[in-house]
Amino acid sequence: MVPLSWYVVLGVLLFVIGAAGVLLRRNILVVLMSLELLLNSVNINFIAFGAFHDDFRGRIFAIFVIAITAAEVAIALGILVALVRNKATLKVDEVTMMKG
Amino acid sequence: MEQAFFLVFAAAAVITALTMVLAPNPVHSALALMACFLQISAIFVLLAAPLLAVIQIFVYVGAIMVLFVFVIMMIDVREAVLQRFVPGGNLPALMLLGLLGVEMLALVLLSDRFSALGPAGGRTAGDIRELGTTLFADYLLPFEVASVILLVALVGAIVLARKEAG
Repeated sequence: MVPLSWYVVLGVLLFVIGAAGVLLRRNILVVLMSLELLLNSVNINFIAFGAFHDDFRGRIFAIFVIAITAAEVAIALGILVALVRNKATLKVDEVTMMKG
Repeated sequence: MEQAFFLVFAAAAVITALTMVLAPNPVHSALALMACFLQISAIFVLLAAPLLAVIQIFVYVGAIMVLFVFVIMMIDVREAVLQRFVPGGNLPALMLLGLLGVEMLALVLLSDRFSALGPAGGRTAGDIRELGTTLFADYLLPFEVASVILLVALVGAIVLARKEAG
């Protein structure tokens, strides 16, 4: 039997790796992918706690997180395509259009 | 046995996640993330949530990552290979990450609340029925809101990605 703490530690590791991707990578596509990893590590925690406490709410929350993630990715990639069409850059530090 | 499986899947997930963050080429990142999602869905199976594992594969690997690969195909990513990380001092970000990781690990490992063993009981197909009933009875309003959000995202994505008509 696997103890609950292992799942939570896996979630922590994936969360830190994803946060590193969001904070350090320069390419917007990889930043968005790291964001997916962050949401997935949270899902592991939801489902692990739900399974260990014999509660459905963990899984239901995970289903909602997945649905919202799908919406987020669709919008983010739409914005990305529009951005590249107007600005032709994929570097996070060169997108400064909204700076006053 | 279960622990061995967990360790294999967890190690593969962490390695592929690191590959995703460190790979110079965004295409390699996308493929590594796909592999990582497959490992995570295996973890969901270990957690006795087969429905979530299938949803994970359908939505993440089947839809989201394919969308990413399509966008990579549409966009020239060769330039991105040259410089992987944000230039300048990354020290504050690295310190923040280290602090975050150490804090979370300390909180998990020092507490005795997380030492529970194994998901309770064997699960059957009736489980999914119960999940569906809960989702469509107790959580009907959030479910409808989520569907409206998905519809809005669909329309928004089409409007955003459309070429200006003039």
